[in-house]
Amino acid sequence: MAKVLIPTPLRKFTNNASKVELEGDNVIEVLTSLTNNYPDLKPYLLDNDKVKPYIKLFKGEEDIESLDNEATRLESTDTLSIVPAIAGG
Amino acid sequence: MTQLSKRELERYSRHLIIPQFGVEGQRRLKSSSVLVVGTGGLGAPLLQYLTAAGIGKIGLVDFDVVEESNLQRQVLFTTEDVGRPKVEAAVERLQLQNPHIEFEVYNTMLTSDNALDIIKDYDIVADGTDNFPTRYLVNDACVKLGKINVYASIFRFEGQLSVFNFKREDGSRGPNFRDMFPSPPPPGLVPSCAEGGVIGVLPGILGSLQANEVIKVASGVGEPMDGRLFIFDAGSFETRTLKLSKSPKNKITAERADEIELIDYDAYCGIGNEVKKREVKSIDVETLNKWLAIKKDFQLIDVREPYEYEISHIDGKLIPKSEVVQRIDEIAQDKDVVVHCRVGERSADVIRLLEDKYGYSNLYNLEGGILAWADKIDSSLAKY
Repeated sequence: MAKVLIPTPLRKFTNNASKVELEGDNVIEVLTSLTNNYPDLKPYLLDNDKVKPYIKLFKGEEDIESLDNEATRLESTDTLSIVPAIAGG
Repeated sequence: MTQLSKRELERYSRHLIIPQFGVEGQRRLKSSSVLVVGTGGLGAPLLQYLTAAGIGKIGLVDFDVVEESNLQRQVLFTTEDVGRPKVEAAVERLQLQNPHIEFEVYNTMLTSDNALDIIKDYDIVADGTDNFPTRYLVNDACVKLGKINVYASIFRFEGQLSVFNFKREDGSRGPNFRDMFPSPPPPGLVPSCAEGGVIGVLPGILGSLQANEVIKVASGVGEPMDGRLFIFDAGSFETRTLKLSKSPKNKITAERADEIELIDYDAYCGIGNEVKKREVKSIDVETLNKWLAIKKDFQLIDVREPYEYEISHIDGKLIPKSEVVQRIDEIAQDKDVVVHCRVGERSADVIRLLEDKYGYSNLYNLEGGILAWADKIDSSLAKY
């Protein structure tokens, strides 16, 4: 279980939800819950259970790449931030 | 050593009396050079504050002209500037703001051919561009040349800020844009401000933070956002400062700077590679105007969103693209139907769908959409 923060460009796939509480003990389980709830999001977020290269994930303020990548454990008090590349200026 | 004149000492006195900043910090600003890429929403506050702060040399790169729709956020420009090259209008205003600054103007698009030549003359680059190809180009060129890249980026209510390729005390370099995002999103997933909109004050906030980072890097005062990513959601006022580290997936690194080659970034970001879609039957706006004048029996359908209809419309029946299938009974099959949107892409998609799956053969796309109508038939319509 964790709280997931959805960034603006992906909210069109989550009925505009910006925060979602989801089941799962680690990053990939939580993301699987997320894409089960919002199937249209999946092709933009995951590639064979790997996060797409234009998306960064943070557990709290830590990049999951510096932890255990997609296997990083999540507790119910954790927040997972999905951060996509944006380019506006 | 760079010296400050009496007038400069007086002008910058509020910097000079900050104990950690002092005359030395101000001298460093004067002896530094900053290239601002993009003279738009981020560029406006960036340029104004860098000019005010006393950066010695400021370069401006942009190829665009000022448009009416820029004025909602690009506070460097006035209504009278509409139609003028942005860099020209910008530098005119900035020179009035501070006569002690040397400006260099590049009224051109930054490309793989000219980027190294332009960037090499500057200490710091501030990236305020509005598209992915230029973001990757600026990053790669900065890493290759060993330049610090002060980055900010915005979308609707959301902004990001970091300092990339920062030169640390031990001589090593901090993470760069590709440590964060090794490769770009597919075209269309993340719309530009022109397509997706942006709240006008957001670039003011992010561009000011970006100017602050440039000033910290140039003066050596404070702790720049090296290895950190700041995220701001102006809608919810949620702010986060996240840690960035170097990614093993990133091959564009300071350690391998010599091997970096600038590529075709448009192709890299998938621009121009889109699958060519089947052509559909279409009419131009003059023909539509004629059909209306002779009171021809036909149906006009507008497949845009209600918020677009509210900006301007030409009395078409509003059936947003996402509702077309549910409301298919409302689309005539026994007479000609003209389908339109903003520029003609969504309407062509709708026509392909209705022809391929529902057997329609009486549909015409309006070439150029409502924008063409506003340009050629009714100039009183608001363009957006």
